[in-house]
Amino acid sequence: MNTVTLTVKKQPELYLECENVNPDAFAGKKAADIAKLGAYQGKETSTLGDYFTIAGEAGATAADTKIVINGDCTKMKYIGAKMTAGEVVVNSACDMYTGSWMKGGKLTVNGDVHSFCGLAMAGGEFVINGNAGNYLGAAYRGDWRGMSGGVLRVKGNAGSDVASFMTGGEMIIGGDVDIHLGTHMEGGKIVLKGNANRRVGGQLVKGEIYVFGKINVMMPGYKPVGEKEMEVDGTKATFVDYIGDLGERHPKRKGETVYGHLYMKK
Amino acid sequence: MPKEITDVICPFCGTLCDDLIITVSDDNKTILGCKNACAIGAEKFNHQRLPGRVKRPRMRQADGSYKEVSYDEAIDWTAKMLVKSRKTLMYGWASTSCQAMSIGHEIAEKVGGIVDNCATVCHGSSLIAIEDVGVPSCTLGEIKNRADRVIFWGCNPAHAHPRHMSRYSIFPRGFFTVKGHKGRKIYCVDCRYTDTAKCADEFIQVQQGFDYELLNAFRTAARGEVLPDTVGGVPKEKIYEIVEDLKSARFGIIFFGMGLTHTMGRNHNIDIAINLTRDMNDFTKFAIMAMRGHWNVTGSGQVLGWQYGFPYAVDLSRRDQARHQTGETTSVDLLNRSEVEACFYIATDPGAHFPVDAMISSSRKPTVTIDPHINCTTEISDLHIPVAMVGVETGGCAYRMDNVPIETRKVVEPPEGMLTDEELLTKINQRVDELLKAGA
Amino acid sequence: MSEYIIKNGHVFDPVQGIKGDKKDIAVKDGKIVDKVGSGAKVIDAKDKTVMAGALDIHAHVAGPKVNAGRWYRPEDKHFDSHKKPGITRIEGGKSIPTVFKTGYEYARMGFTFAMEAAMPPLYARHVHEEIHDTPIIDEGALPVFGNNWFVMEYLKNNEIENTAAYIAWILRQTKGYGIKCVNPGGTEAWAWGLNCLTIHDPVPYFDITPGEIVTGLMKANEYLGLPHSFHVHQNDLGNPGNYKTTLDTLKLAEGIKPKNTFGREQVLHSTHLQFHSYKGTNWGDFESASKEVMDYVNKQKNITIDTGNVTLDETTTMTADGPFEHHLHGLNHLKWFNVDVELETAAGIVPYIYDPNISVCAKQWCIGLELALFAKDPMRCFITTDHPNAGPFTRYPRVYAWLMSKKYRDERLNTFKNADKVIAGTHIGGMDKELSLYELACMTRAGPAKALGLGKDYGGLKAGMNADIAIYNINPDKFPSSGAEIEKAFSNVAYLFKDGKICVEGGKVVDMGKKHTFWVDAKVPENKQVMHDIREKFLRYYSVNENNYPVPESYAPHQHIITVDATKA
Repeated sequence: MNTVTLTVKKQPELYLECENVNPDAFAGKKAADIAKLGAYQGKETSTLGDYFTIAGEAGATAADTKIVINGDCTKMKYIGAKMTAGEVVVNSACDMYTGSWMKGGKLTVNGDVHSFCGLAMAGGEFVINGNAGNYLGAAYRGDWRGMSGGVLRVKGNAGSDVASFMTGGEMIIGGDVDIHLGTHMEGGKIVLKGNANRRVGGQLVKGEIYVFGKINVMMPGYKPVGEKEMEVDGTKATFVDYIGDLGERHPKRKGETVYGHLYMKK
Repeated sequence: MPKEITDVICPFCGTLCDDLIITVSDDNKTILGCKNACAIGAEKFNHQRLPGRVKRPRMRQADGSYKEVSYDEAIDWTAKMLVKSRKTLMYGWASTSCQAMSIGHEIAEKVGGIVDNCATVCHGSSLIAIEDVGVPSCTLGEIKNRADRVIFWGCNPAHAHPRHMSRYSIFPRGFFTVKGHKGRKIYCVDCRYTDTAKCADEFIQVQQGFDYELLNAFRTAARGEVLPDTVGGVPKEKIYEIVEDLKSARFGIIFFGMGLTHTMGRNHNIDIAINLTRDMNDFTKFAIMAMRGHWNVTGSGQVLGWQYGFPYAVDLSRRDQARHQTGETTSVDLLNRSEVEACFYIATDPGAHFPVDAMISSSRKPTVTIDPHINCTTEISDLHIPVAMVGVETGGCAYRMDNVPIETRKVVEPPEGMLTDEELLTKINQRVDELLKAGA
Repeated sequence: MSEYIIKNGHVFDPVQGIKGDKKDIAVKDGKIVDKVGSGAKVIDAKDKTVMAGALDIHAHVAGPKVNAGRWYRPEDKHFDSHKKPGITRIEGGKSIPTVFKTGYEYARMGFTFAMEAAMPPLYARHVHEEIHDTPIIDEGALPVFGNNWFVMEYLKNNEIENTAAYIAWILRQTKGYGIKCVNPGGTEAWAWGLNCLTIHDPVPYFDITPGEIVTGLMKANEYLGLPHSFHVHQNDLGNPGNYKTTLDTLKLAEGIKPKNTFGREQVLHSTHLQFHSYKGTNWGDFESASKEVMDYVNKQKNITIDTGNVTLDETTTMTADGPFEHHLHGLNHLKWFNVDVELETAAGIVPYIYDPNISVCAKQWCIGLELALFAKDPMRCFITTDHPNAGPFTRYPRVYAWLMSKKYRDERLNTFKNADKVIAGTHIGGMDKELSLYELACMTRAGPAKALGLGKDYGGLKAGMNADIAIYNINPDKFPSSGAEIEKAFSNVAYLFKDGKICVEGGKVVDMGKKHTFWVDAKVPENKQVMHDIREKFLRYYSVNENNYPVPESYAPHQHIITVDATKA
């Protein structure tokens, strides 16, 4: 695997749109060519070379390409977005759309990320060693197809509207979330190690949410049906099984209604 | 001899009453009276004759005072600001005509603007919800002619849309509703007993911030499932009772407002209300409608819709694509994050309505405000350009809360030499072209 | 004004019966002329195909439901918003293009006219605002009448003259082109959550049947002598077994003669017939009824149809058939937008994915193509996708390629997931016919123009006609061997002339030309009864005032008004 190292040398006055910072855009390019790729602030077009010093060269394909970014990326959007393979490591906080529409490969952010990150993730591994903002792993506006595959792991807290319209894949949140976790979920698995404020699994059609901590207010559409002993993300525990959302439609299999499950650790 | 102009459209709220009768002086310069409007609409027309109108653009000086400048100077200053800025917030639009908006969008595309309208602090939540789950709705005449169950949820038309209840939702006798309000059951759901609740047959007090949970309970009840004893302060027996009543309706309608758009969860509250309406269509006929505030915020959403495909928060700053993401391309977020370099406000008053931090951020950027009057925003702008009042001194198309388009009228002449929005924006557009051609 | 001479092109003009001969076309002052001076600009059309500009007889391109479809689907623009270099504005939208993209894409494909398929009169102003903003192409709009309270009350009493007077009034108020009828009676029933699925189901309260509405509107159309015929979207759209209702509806045209001064020969235009040609009782035994339907259509000279081809894309369905959309939403659970319009109509919108892996979608694809291939008279069968319902209009080139290349459509047919089941339930597998360029010209130019009553000036290349001309990079002597090449050629014209001006060159928009709004002004005898009824209904039932109803002149700066005089009836 070839590594390209980007070091921030200039901060944007506004926010920098880095839709060209991913293994797919870098593949087959040497540092000088990568430096010529576009970077944008509103109507001003600059190059990556204007904002980063670039060392190394990419592999022939995305899969053969690793990108390491050092320096302050707090005001940079779209890092790692749409990547299909390869690896990206960012040693900084990032702004919006980090890792959104990811299809494969591995993305690691050693810092916080802002909102709209990991949107509609379809595959690969996205690790956030920090906190996330709102709409983590959600669908794009209006789209009923949210996260569908891959594994998204955030070490710290996430905000609101996390995993909206999730249809597949797995999300593990190490800390707390605010409101609206897994709204309109139609599949997939969410593991919440911390607490949730309110509205977990609202309008959920199908899927599983495991909550290790507390929920301040349960949705009225969930009712307890029993208990289960399970191992979840390496922890063995007893969970109370709530089915729901009873106010929502659910698929049927062999004549039986298939509900979603909200498992609360005892 | 004064004359009466009939069928005048009121340019204030989303009810867009079109039956006003305005009396104007013989020389077409003064409004003498206004019939049929509510107190707010009447004030909009009657205040036209008050003295103290700002007649020419005002430029802020170093000492904070304002000096009058010519329209040409103002147009030049504005065009230079737009051409220089890499990303400009162009916010407002809700109180001007569709024709003016169209010219504004042309400018935005050229200079890299983000066009946003008042939905961003109002029914934007509703628009997000509709983007996610659609909406079963209808025109206001359908309510008048068919509705026998009317629910006001988190809205107070008695204050915000005063003639709504008499023109459309409670009192009119329509084709299938000859008994008027006596043939309708009116519900009002709110966290406090409002003046609208006084017109309702039944008032349901919901605990503040629990509308989403209560709507979830309504949906759960409609599916015949179990409920906790109370939800949002409402006992489950009452929830089952109301749902049974709604199922027995011939035509039900839910009107909603800031009680849903601005409480915890925002768009999710509307989303689930829409889904309740959707569910009720499995049993009978049901519709839901947002009580849009401004008389033409809906119009801005329509024009942005057909020109760029999004209803608000349209980011044209890259100039070669249109993007939309509430939370990123919305005005308050752009200002809070200091993501724009200039501000262009038209037909609105964010100084009065936006969070203070956002306006502090705004005040630090070159700002132009286009408005007939001095308002909170003009006093923190670099340049204030007055224009004719749309719907009073110049006409133009507007869209009602149910998306019905109605052409507003000009009933009096604007003050001598004053430009309309359309004329001003056309001149700004021309000046921008000149500057871009000269390689600015 | 400019003079041009288009030299050495292979001309396909059904109006003059020219089937690919090399012929020069002369253009002067916006018209096609016999000859031009030596100073005329030469356009080299060697090895190229020359046809009149195409006309789309049915597309949802302007109006409230189209726009609702746009703004409630931000995802339709996602990664699909761009600006081409030159004079064009930002374009976006895969299934529901923005107005700028609509105009440009039609022009790039060689179209010079599109008919907005359904205009709710109360929202007419909105339709015209969008038509105004749609560049290059001429447009008209068809107001809907099939669920209108005035129409149902008059036709219940068989008052054709009153119906015609009301229609004439609406055409003037809304700047409308003709009589559109969607799901007759069923959409009024939908205001109570109900529907009318056959031509005999009575409308709640109004107690008139869809059959009576259809017959009455056809008679009113001929009474007025409108340029276009009654244009219908039958009851029971989209349901297995619906071909019976389709045939019942088509049979209502038997015996009705066209009466007009425009050369129109049909009295009924049946639209997006693909959706109405289904056999079977459920989605499991669902089969093509295209043969049954086209056997009938082929025999009836006074009927025209358009296909409504499925393109196998993710698209957005939108129609005034409100109950159908509610039903579709129940099937796919995707976001549902609905608006009931007082006294007039309704609309519903639901996104839909025509997945080639689903047999039903594959069969729908077959049925649409079969209709075009079974058609014996290409002047009576037109190619559409009921944009965007069966697919976006930008896919027309792909539909042409499937119709002109058996190899291309067989490639698609044989790679369906359950190909054998699909082939068993349809006819397309055994159909060898490939449309010729001449037939295509009939089905996309001369045919629609004639059906719209525009055949004198549009849809052909005869001297005296309007200079709307499309030149494609297709050499008929070396016809493209692959479907992909056919598609490419029809997607980007070499030249588009509109009103004698070059608006597109090499697939690039170079001039916006001058678009016109086409509408019909029908004069009828003074009718005090109808005027009184209009006054009454506005006072008592509408939510707007009568004086605020009409569309002002400013919305259509360039009008092409067709006048008809029914006072001498």
